Amino acid sequence: MQVKFSNKGNILIVRLIGELDHHASDYVRRKIDGEMIKPTTKNIIFDLSNLSFMDSSGIGIIMGRYRAISRINGQIAVACSNAQILKLLEMSGISKVIQIFSDADKAVKSMLGVTKK
Amino acid sequence: MMAKDNGTASAGKKKPINEMTLIFPALSRNESFARVVAASFISQLDPSIEELADVRTAVSEAVTNAIIHGYEDKAGNIKMICLLYDDSVEITVIDEGKGIENIELARQPLYTSKPDMERSGMGFTVMETFMDEVKVESEVGKGTKVTMLKYFKSLKDKERRAKNDK
Ligand SMILES: Nc1ncnc2c1ncn2[C@@H]1O[C@H](COP(=O)(O)OP(=O)(O)O)[C@@H](O)[C@H]1O
Ligand SMILES: [Mg+2]
Repeated sequence: MQVKFSNKGNILIVRLIGELDHHASDYVRRKIDGEMIKPTTKNIIFDLSNLSFMDSSGIGIIMGRYRAISRINGQIAVACSNAQILKLLEMSGISKVIQIFSDADKAVKSMLGVTKK
Repeated sequence: MMAKDNGTASAGKKKPINEMTLIFPALSRNESFARVVAASFISQLDPSIEELADVRTAVSEAVTNAIIHGYEDKAGNIKMICLLYDDSVEITVIDEGKGIENIELARQPLYTSKPDMERSGMGFTVMETFMDEVKVESEVGKGTKVTMLKYFKSLKDKERRAKNDK
């Protein structure tokens, strides 16, 4: 499991590479939270394009960050095109509260449009 | 006391065409191992990519539950039994951990006894959504047995197409 970060303004882009299960979740959570406490982070995009597997442990991680970001009135978005993961995002209700895009570029563009207003 | 829910799993009637039992220690790094083994075992039937992903996900949920809830990260063994039928697979994940007091409550979407661990409480719901039947049997202090059945509908479709092509 790999976690890579990049920034676009106050958007933190979290790129997850590999398989996100309970085994990987502690490491992923620690990495993300270390980056989230930086004052430059207001919004988060989870880029799942390079994730080959995710189970409900991933739902827990995304929802946890969603709650934290909502507290500071930030936005959160997910980029994903993997059918299995999309099915999971839909059945868990994540897609009702978090916008899902087919790739990270689209998510960034939409978020910049939103945050510029 | 043996708690049972009203699930109807178990193909039972037919004889499996192949079977496999795997016993492994309750270590989180075995979550990926268990789902890879289950997926490659059912691959001999040539199911669709979606069906393979469904089974991988459900196995991951059941095995993770055995590790974090059944054994609560203490040592123990997990047994996974796969019975392969010509049109389906039945996968049973067994732990000898703490057991579930209220199965009905445990199966409810969003219910988790470990919110502090940032669990989503969606594990059983994922198993139910991704598999065709899920049966949960558990006894407090003795352990838990989750039996999941998946029909490979893609094989039926393939058969039908082959017939129509004739
Ligand atoms: N193998 C098990 N042994 C003991 N308790 C379990 C087991 N599997 C599930 N549970 C209980 O059922 C609850 C719901 O499980 P699940 O839907 O997978 O959600 P989560 O794992 O996110 O808590 C767990 O929080 C736990 O209390
Ligand atoms: Mg679970």
